[in-house]
Amino acid sequence: MSHRTTGPLAAAATIAAMLIHQAPAAAQATITIDGSSTVFPIAEAVAEEFQRANRNVRVTVGISGTGGGFKKFCRGETQMQNASRPILQAEMEECRRAGVRYVELPIAFDAITVVVSPRNRFVECLTVAELRRVWEPAAQGRITNWNQVRQGFPDARLTLYGPGADSGTFDYFTEAVVGRAKASRGDYTASEDDNVLVQGVARDPNALGYIPFSYVASHADTLRTVAVDGGRGCVRPSAETVEDGTYSPLSRPLFLYVNLQALDRPEVRGIAEFYLSPAGRNLIREVRYVPLPEQAYEIGLRRIRERIAGTGYGGQPEVGMPIVEVLRHDPRE
Amino acid sequence: MSGGALSAEAAARGMPRASVGRLRSNADLIFAAIGLVALMIGVLTLTALIVDLAVRGLPRLDLQFLTSFPSRRPAQAGILSAWVGTALVMLVTAVVTIPLGIAAAIYLEEYAPKNRLTAVIEVNVSNLAGVPSIIYGLLALGLFVYLLGLGRSILTAGLTLALLVLPIIIVATREALRAVPPTVREAAYALGATRWRVIADHLLPYSSGGIATGVIIALSRAIGETAPLITIGALTFIAFLPAPPVRPEFPFVSFQWLFDPFTVLPIQMFNWVSRPGTDFLPNAAAAGLVLILMTIAMNLTAIYIRIRVRRKVKW
Repeated sequence: MSHRTTGPLAAAATIAAMLIHQAPAAAQATITIDGSSTVFPIAEAVAEEFQRANRNVRVTVGISGTGGGFKKFCRGETQMQNASRPILQAEMEECRRAGVRYVELPIAFDAITVVVSPRNRFVECLTVAELRRVWEPAAQGRITNWNQVRQGFPDARLTLYGPGADSGTFDYFTEAVVGRAKASRGDYTASEDDNVLVQGVARDPNALGYIPFSYVASHADTLRTVAVDGGRGCVRPSAETVEDGTYSPLSRPLFLYVNLQALDRPEVRGIAEFYLSPAGRNLIREVRYVPLPEQAYEIGLRRIRERIAGTGYGGQPEVGMPIVEVLRHDPRE
Repeated sequence: MSGGALSAEAAARGMPRASVGRLRSNADLIFAAIGLVALMIGVLTLTALIVDLAVRGLPRLDLQFLTSFPSRRPAQAGILSAWVGTALVMLVTAVVTIPLGIAAAIYLEEYAPKNRLTAVIEVNVSNLAGVPSIIYGLLALGLFVYLLGLGRSILTAGLTLALLVLPIIIVATREALRAVPPTVREAAYALGATRWRVIADHLLPYSSGGIATGVIIALSRAIGETAPLITIGALTFIAFLPAPPVRPEFPFVSFQWLFDPFTVLPIQMFNWVSRPGTDFLPNAAAAGLVLILMTIAMNLTAIYIRIRVRRKVKW
């Protein structure tokens, strides 16, 4: 009997002894990608196809959120960072302190989409000013009825759904609509899981919410999109209006940041170029995002080729600026 | 029970003799009904969940699903990296936590002096069983990932879950040891056995059924944990397996897999559930079924051990 009980102990001791001898060996050509959950479907598709073509390369993709991902990226733990917004001043500082330099590559468009239930028949279009009236911090506890949003809307309770504060979608929407990132009323149903928002809005005829476009595209029968008037008339989000820049200010570019030092590795450079290739563009369409104008990919490829580090945004979340405009500026660190 | 004993008991409680029978049988009936309802709530909920999962997931559950890596296409996606990850993490957890937990319980129950320090330790062990799992994740991130430099690996995950369920095993083992009648100990000591001989030859064999139950409850909890593993950085998309544990050249075994990145079934499920659209929901349900099957397999092992022990132990 004593044999049987000491068995596991002995095994544990043996393993512990083996471990001391076996220091963590250098991983074999592993590319680690982490960051935004919004960009995850693109990264997953790219990783899947890239590994199929390059059997000796291992690619991992994590979901830490844009902010959480930058923390790892700027510590040098990951080689590539998915971001649903440009890098912020504080994150640039963190990267600089750790000596991590990076190349900024815009890869696709997403459109933040304002949605209501199909049973809501009175909202067709909302102006940015009306959205601000609903979502600004001062609205908390005050704007609670649809007739406060616009005269002529029915007397019905206004229920709100939106992403939580860790989400890049939240950051961008508040920046674009309220004027300051993360400035939002707090009395709404918040979830990091966009499907929860989809369910909530679909069931409630008085609901108003905002979610990434890819979730709307796959729930076309349970949600109704609301056109947004950014000053040039009502525009409904679609691949066309996002691509030509008329769906403003709620269309946003998605980014890939690549560790400059890792870019020396052929497999890292290979996958970065694959993101920007025509094959990568097809993957972006397949997972229901909108590709950037052709020119953006050419500039991205040049940044990889010439190892141009830094961001074109200067650490500020910029809204509504056409992507080609941003890319024309030289990146700074 | 004889009528005489009944009335004697009733008299002792100061009840009138005549009403005792009816009162008793009524209370008996009511309590049995409450108990049955309570049982049914649990069993029916569980059944409904499993049936729902089976209806959604069973059509998707095939060999291709078990042998494929995740994919953006729902029909090609599989859980190979996830179930292998879960199995390896559970292996590390079991190898670490079972000996540690049992040893700690034996010490507390049989060796520890009954003083204030022991009392403090006992209270803390019980309290640790109720600490939210995310706290263990944060501890592991600081201790294993950064301080000890073990990386975001299978080893880190296994150690994290081992810590998480250690209190459960300690508490269950102590209960099992306490259930061994003191007469067994006394008889063995009277024959001149040392403390270790009493533990190894009598206490552990007699209590191993109860210990097995505790171990299974602990591992069943660990297998479904997501929060601490996300905290230490388990990955979401991973389309390769850890390094194999055997290799052709000396020394023939490799522990490289302990340091490899991994994913586990609950994380894979979570990822599929939170995707745009409903295409991946059957995959999530099928992955849930596999997780339940793995848990049931562990439970059956425990039941088997328990039956074998019961057959041998006769007091």
